[in-house]
Amino acid sequence: MRSMKMLGVLIVSLLITSSAGLAAEKQGGILRMYHRDSPASASIHEEATYSVNVPFMAVFNNLVMYKQDVAQNSIDSIVPELATSWAWSDDKKKLTFKLHQGVKWHDGKPFTSADVKCTFDMVMGKSQQKFRKNPRKAWYNQVEDITTNGDYEVSFNLKRPQPALITLLASGYSPIYPCHVSPAQMRTHPIGTGPFKFVEFKANESIKLTRNPDYWKKGLPHLDGIEYTIIPNRSTAILGFVSGKFDMTFPTEVSIPLLKDVKAQDPKAICVVAPNNVSTNIIVNRASPPFDNPDIRKAMALALDRKAFISILFEGQADIGGTMLPQPDGIWGMPKEMLETIPGYGPDVKANREEARKLMEKAGYGPNKHLPVKVSTRNIAVYRDPAVILIDQLKDIYIDGELDVVETANWFSKIARKDYALGLNLTGNAVDDPDQAFYENYSCNSERNYTKYCNPEIEKLFDKQSLETDLNKRKKLVWEIDKQIQEDVARPIIYHSRTGTCWQPYVKGVTVMVNSSYNGYRYEDVWLDK
Amino acid sequence: MLGYIVRRLALMLITLFGISVIIFVLLRIVPGNIVDILFDAAGFVDPSDKANLERELGLDQSIVVQYLHWIGGLLHGDLGYSYVSEKPALDEILPRIPITARLAGLALMFSAAIGIPLGVLSALKQGSRLDYILRAVSLSGLSLPSFWLGLLILMASVSMFGTMPIYTPNPQSFGQAVAIYCVPAMAVGFRSAALVMRITRSSMLEVLRQDYIRTARAKGASETTVNFRHALKNGMLPIITVLGIEAAFLVGGLIVTETVFNIPGIARFLVEAIRWRDYPIVQNLVMFCALIVVLANFTVDMLYAVFDPRIRYND
Repeated sequence: MRSMKMLGVLIVSLLITSSAGLAAEKQGGILRMYHRDSPASASIHEEATYSVNVPFMAVFNNLVMYKQDVAQNSIDSIVPELATSWAWSDDKKKLTFKLHQGVKWHDGKPFTSADVKCTFDMVMGKSQQKFRKNPRKAWYNQVEDITTNGDYEVSFNLKRPQPALITLLASGYSPIYPCHVSPAQMRTHPIGTGPFKFVEFKANESIKLTRNPDYWKKGLPHLDGIEYTIIPNRSTAILGFVSGKFDMTFPTEVSIPLLKDVKAQDPKAICVVAPNNVSTNIIVNRASPPFDNPDIRKAMALALDRKAFISILFEGQADIGGTMLPQPDGIWGMPKEMLETIPGYGPDVKANREEARKLMEKAGYGPNKHLPVKVSTRNIAVYRDPAVILIDQLKDIYIDGELDVVETANWFSKIARKDYALGLNLTGNAVDDPDQAFYENYSCNSERNYTKYCNPEIEKLFDKQSLETDLNKRKKLVWEIDKQIQEDVARPIIYHSRTGTCWQPYVKGVTVMVNSSYNGYRYEDVWLDK
Repeated sequence: MLGYIVRRLALMLITLFGISVIIFVLLRIVPGNIVDILFDAAGFVDPSDKANLERELGLDQSIVVQYLHWIGGLLHGDLGYSYVSEKPALDEILPRIPITARLAGLALMFSAAIGIPLGVLSALKQGSRLDYILRAVSLSGLSLPSFWLGLLILMASVSMFGTMPIYTPNPQSFGQAVAIYCVPAMAVGFRSAALVMRITRSSMLEVLRQDYIRTARAKGASETTVNFRHALKNGMLPIITVLGIEAAFLVGGLIVTETVFNIPGIARFLVEAIRWRDYPIVQNLVMFCALIVVLANFTVDMLYAVFDPRIRYND
């Protein structure tokens, strides 16, 4: 009798739980967000800003992706998507994916392994069709070729083992494109297999997506659509959110001071502050005087008071670290004790600057002979503001900085011509993985290694960590590399910023990724409790 | 008169040609082009990719060839393609013109409807408390930056009504449709109204001292007739001039208002296009604005003759 009662209670509880579960995920509704700017195009593969990922990631699927409800992207949070499974060959030089069958593109054509091959052949620059721009070609430098085995199996054949390849494939930057649609069309009217279909993109006005009724993941997405209103003016956008015109802010776009305004005007709004894996750093022209002198470079690194930057710009809410995003949100950041052994990272700023002044005096500068330097940066607040603080801090070590603001149109060409002494720069990492960060920014042959820092010994270590399959061993190698890079003043990292995302309480299923702002916008699990 | 109109039209064409050359050359003198900007986001440029894109967009050709290509297309109604959206420039520009025209028209109406009567009132009550109040209001209108006034309106609207009148292509109600244009028009029109009010006041004061006004009064004309039929009509020339200048300004100069109220008009679009160095959009939009300015000036000149019969344009 007692067991019957227990069974009854269990059944009732199960019914309540399941009905609550049903009620928990309501279908329908349009998610209204504002967008911070008008993206150049709708083609994720051709752009290098998350202004494109945020609205258009929901149009596509990847082979694999970072689990969308896990905040920290890691190799453990990668789940199959268009792939049903993946496997490495014994020599770790072949990565094979089995693919879902019955998946259709938004135009009704079937998805096959040929589409995967097409996509990555195009990314690697090996196909007849070319992207207008191809910013992540270097990600796949270690891929020899891609082969298919029937319609539902595809293999990436590597030149050498690269365990981190899977982390790159899981990024929001790695969607699968259809073979039968041209790159030009993908820029204006993208076709994907994802939870939402593209409806329209009116430049400077709006982006609209609608539910894909034939989505291959049954029961998803929950929303009927997503609409982005493009509002470049932050004040107007935030007022729009607090007045209820929008259900959610543009992800990771609410600055810390603005966050206070939002909470004051709309106390019920849910706001999450998280690192976005964007570092603010100094690019140093080490090829010409005065920064060809290692003492002056070291003095500059010693002059940095990182806490002051963070206190002024982020009200204390940002992180100090090396190239890799600091732990616990980042996976590869150096431990604090190790970080503080690097010149300029020690807590005693006065002592650091005293040492810096001695180095400057050794180089021939002093209280009566200051070093005039132009500090170049983009004419955008997130660049300009820290540049001004940097100039102020450099005064303490006899360096008279002059702000040189450069329009975006001229920034890259100026840097490429080496027409700068010091530059204040922002570097975003799409995935929290050393392969991306090290090769892209510090490798001797990388186009994005603006300072042309080149250390063959470090280069060997890049490969060593890239080949390492043991996570803990790889971490230690990464820490050593990062420490060496910072000590070489290759591209001094000032801070890793944190920003906020807010949404109304009835928006459910949103997860803000804590170590990348490029990968969490599939939005198939998001729903509105209205 | 006909000869004058023909001469003016010819002059307008020469002006437009001059503007087309200036804008075309200036755009190409400014460092950086669309290719630099497109590749900037990627952080590096593959020289062959850059060369391909420049070839694709025709930027590798000489400036003269590029100019002739543009003007030739313009004469055939072909404005080229936007470099950014890759859509025909005409399709990008046309839908934005009515939005800005509505906003500018409403702002102009607001400035005339408020500025002229208050200016007349201020002149008629010269030295009174009302005159001082109106002069203070007009001064504040000239001093307040329109972006600040716009933001204040938006904040007040959110705080008082829990909503705000920013642009939406599909207004939910008639009230919303009115609000999304009228509120920004008032924000931008406030400054114009202040200007018109001051000009009206000083013009009226000057006219009211003329002998013919005294004569009209001596002949027993009513105050309304004297003030509006004799004084205002004769004082209209400077007001029309200011309204003409404002009309020209409002077509291309609404960038701040369009940004604050998020209105997808041509001013904001023009600034975005300049940022991207989207030459086909910038060139054609500037030409459109120039056309409006020369037409506004022409209209003002014609209106002079209507309001002051003494003015005659001899052949």
